[in-house]
Amino acid sequence: MADSKVTFELVAPERLLVSADVDMVVVPGTEGDFGVLPGHAPLIAAVRAGVIDIYEGGLESKSITQRIFVAGGVAEVTETRCTVLAEQAAPVGDLKAADAQARLEAARSRVTEAGADEIARDRALKDVAIAEAMLAAIAA
Amino acid sequence: MASLKDLRVRINSVKNTRKITSAMKMVAASKLRRAQEQAEAARPYAERMERMLGSLAAALGSATGAPALLSGTGKDDVHLVVVLTSDRGLCGGFNGSIVRGARAHIRKLLAAGKTVKLLTLGRKGRDQLKGEFAPIMFKAVDGLGKPRLRFEEGADVARLLVDMYAAGEFDVATLIYNRFKSAIVQELTVQQLIPFPVPTLSAEQLSAPTSAGVPAVYEFEPDETEILAELLPRNLAVQVFRAMLESFAGEQGARMAAMDNATRNAGDMINKLTLIYNRTRQAVITREMIEIVSGAEAV
Repeated sequence: MADSKVTFELVAPERLLVSADVDMVVVPGTEGDFGVLPGHAPLIAAVRAGVIDIYEGGLESKSITQRIFVAGGVAEVTETRCTVLAEQAAPVGDLKAADAQARLEAARSRVTEAGADEIARDRALKDVAIAEAMLAAIAA
Repeated sequence: MASLKDLRVRINSVKNTRKITSAMKMVAASKLRRAQEQAEAARPYAERMERMLGSLAAALGSATGAPALLSGTGKDDVHLVVVLTSDRGLCGGFNGSIVRGARAHIRKLLAAGKTVKLLTLGRKGRDQLKGEFAPIMFKAVDGLGKPRLRFEEGADVARLLVDMYAAGEFDVATLIYNRFKSAIVQELTVQQLIPFPVPTLSAEQLSAPTSAGVPAVYEFEPDETEILAELLPRNLAVQVFRAMLESFAGEQGARMAAMDNATRNAGDMINKLTLIYNRTRQAVITREMIEIVSGAEAV
């Protein structure tokens, strides 16, 4: 049944990463994770750093077939489509704990460096959050 | 008249030049193909971003509290001009036309009594504009797109713009670059970046398509303003990145055409020089024979 699928697209600025018909997608929104099934109400939501889970294998017996880490972005949902615009994205399996750890430390040191410079501090804090989410994704 | 040896040396040097230009043409052709592929791959993101921004701006209407990146500062005094050129030459009129366009644009703004700040991306633009505009040029970035263009490079420029804008250092930002039309045609483009001109979409495109055929309105999570504040800087990065891709493809196209011309000119030159060489050679032989004959007669 073509109708009971969601067309999921994950787009990075440099290329289209995923484009597939799937049964359900769970997207980490800034206000909490949300699942998208066919027939979802139209929605535009901000996405935080976290993991997008893609479910396939029929509506009843669906299971996670792909887990993709995104470092924040925006999602657009319509009845038949779910598009995520992500700045950075990589399958969870490709992430390396050592890289994420290094990133976290670099970001933390930048927070201390930034000191009173609020803009730089905010940016560094954001990077800390991304690196922490990355570590969490690897550990899960 | 040039001696035979001189001619031989010249022919060889032109032949070497032709080898170089034809190799550069091949390199430019393959880089052009890659640049086009990259530009192609970047298109979906930009398209969807545009659609979302359109719906957001429509949902927000002219409500107050729209981010300044969209609504502007309400002033038009300080202009920031971003000029995007290539780092390397040997690409025909590619950089020349941008620099000329930029110069005309800046002079027009200055004549209208505006304050102008200049940011150049790419070495050629910096070198060619610093003569006249050194006092207003506040920053020059070069070495872009090595080994290949990455999104971060566009994002870095966008971040710089957003920071400056937030600090109130300019009111309007314009980007001047060459848009890639075809392998041999580039089009000089002047694009306003800040405040961002909202794409005007039809009502049909603005609402979400539904199976029932009844257009539905998007929900926003969190609210419109916050998403817009998140989306606009990102959109700026996309616009800059897209311009970079276009410019990069245009540069390769222009270089390919220029090198093709140069190769052809070198070929013509070689033919002409070979003709002169052969004529001279024959003249020398004839002269030597006359010398021998007249020498024999004299004995």
